[in-house]
Amino acid sequence: MLKVDSIKKGIVIDHITAGMGYEIFTELKLDEVEYTTALIRNVSSRKYGKKDLIKIDNVVDLDLDMLGLLDPNITLVIIEGEKVVDKIKLSLPNEVKGILNCKNPRCVSTIEHIDDITFYLANEENREYRCEYCDAPYYPKRK
Amino acid sequence: MIKGRHIIEPTDLSVNEIDQLSTLASRIKSNPEKYLDALKGNLLATLFYEPSTRTRFSFEAAMLRLGGQTIGFSEPNSSSVSKGESIADTIRTIGCYADITVMRHPKEGAPKLASKRSNIPVINAGDGGHQHPTQTLTDLHTIKSLKGTMSNNVIGFCGDLKFGRTVHSLVKALSRYENITFIFISPPELAIPIYIKDILSNHKIIELNSMEDILPKLDILYMTRIQKERFFNEEEYLRLKGYFVLTKKKLELAKKDMIIMHPLPRVDEIHTNVDNDPRAVYFQQAKYGMFIRMALILKLLKGDNHA
Ligand SMILES: [Zn+2]
Repeated sequence: MLKVDSIKKGIVIDHITAGMGYEIFTELKLDEVEYTTALIRNVSSRKYGKKDLIKIDNVVDLDLDMLGLLDPNITLVIIEGEKVVDKIKLSLPNEVKGILNCKNPRCVSTIEHIDDITFYLANEENREYRCEYCDAPYYPKRK
Repeated sequence: MIKGRHIIEPTDLSVNEIDQLSTLASRIKSNPEKYLDALKGNLLATLFYEPSTRTRFSFEAAMLRLGGQTIGFSEPNSSSVSKGESIADTIRTIGCYADITVMRHPKEGAPKLASKRSNIPVINAGDGGHQHPTQTLTDLHTIKSLKGTMSNNVIGFCGDLKFGRTVHSLVKALSRYENITFIFISPPELAIPIYIKDILSNHKIIELNSMEDILPKLDILYMTRIQKERFFNEEEYLRLKGYFVLTKKKLELAKKDMIIMHPLPRVDEIHTNVDNDPRAVYFQQAKYGMFIRMALILKLLKGDNHA
């Protein structure tokens, strides 16, 4: 397996669904930062067959709702002094605010500027969210 | 406590609160003089971004009969809205003048957005095909007044059950009561959606394609219109629509105390020869609608400390 230098203080985004790594990498704008990062694709995983993972050698604030929406399988591994100090298993957030836009052409959000629309998780199995204004369903994309 | 709240969808009110409103509406109906000055000095703003004379008159009549006054617009062309003012700004301005506002808007969720920016109670008077809580309150109050209770009724819904917002809201509101049998009568292509049936897991449901056989069992028949555009072709529409039209002849099969409701306006799904039958209560519904709106406005502004 490809060797990547261990992280002193930072985050590993683990268990990314294989194929989603690049999108998450760019969504987090990691392609624009100065500090050390690594995107590793198609790692063999006992649990998932194949997975992607991202290493970030820096202390960063991540939007967990946005990450959970992109890929609820993710586990965040927090590293300090080259040791794992915390693991956070993500899931589909119960509500997301200010991330999604409503696609219903009859929704008020198509005529008024609203930058903090909340979508509520209506059905976890189908990954169905609903707009707080018009109740229209929204299915965040998955690969 | 209802005072000061926004009413955006029917379930913003609990079963208990709807019951209180219905009781107050009946009290007002039987003694209207007592409430003539109940809201003296209060102002209701009617913001109608699309015309609906029926609904606007009902709210204005309700406010005037409580001694309050009204301002507003009945179509957006005549207002600052046509100059592109946002809903958020309009509602903030209106809040400086009025004590309560009623909004109708073609876009879904517009009244909810207004309520977030408003310092006075907002009542949704219809947002596109989405919600229309005072229509549902009117239906519930009519049933309570004429049948005594929502529970224990056999209720038939007939017509376009797929797209009919009125039916969906009413069914959802009725699902909170006990022991109701829901009979859904529609052509298969306009059947009640599964997600509505899912709400009724504690109730009996029967789905049918014509009304004759079930008419003798019904306590309430709720009629809605079927629009031609919903069908693939004209012949199909003409062939099917007869099954969903109520006539004097069919009515002979029904119970003597069944009531026939309709959200109006009707087209031809209820034959005019039914209108004089005492069971036809669809024109009375408008009156119940005004009284329940009176009760709602009064409670929103005065809480329990009214007349
Ligand atoms: Zn929406």
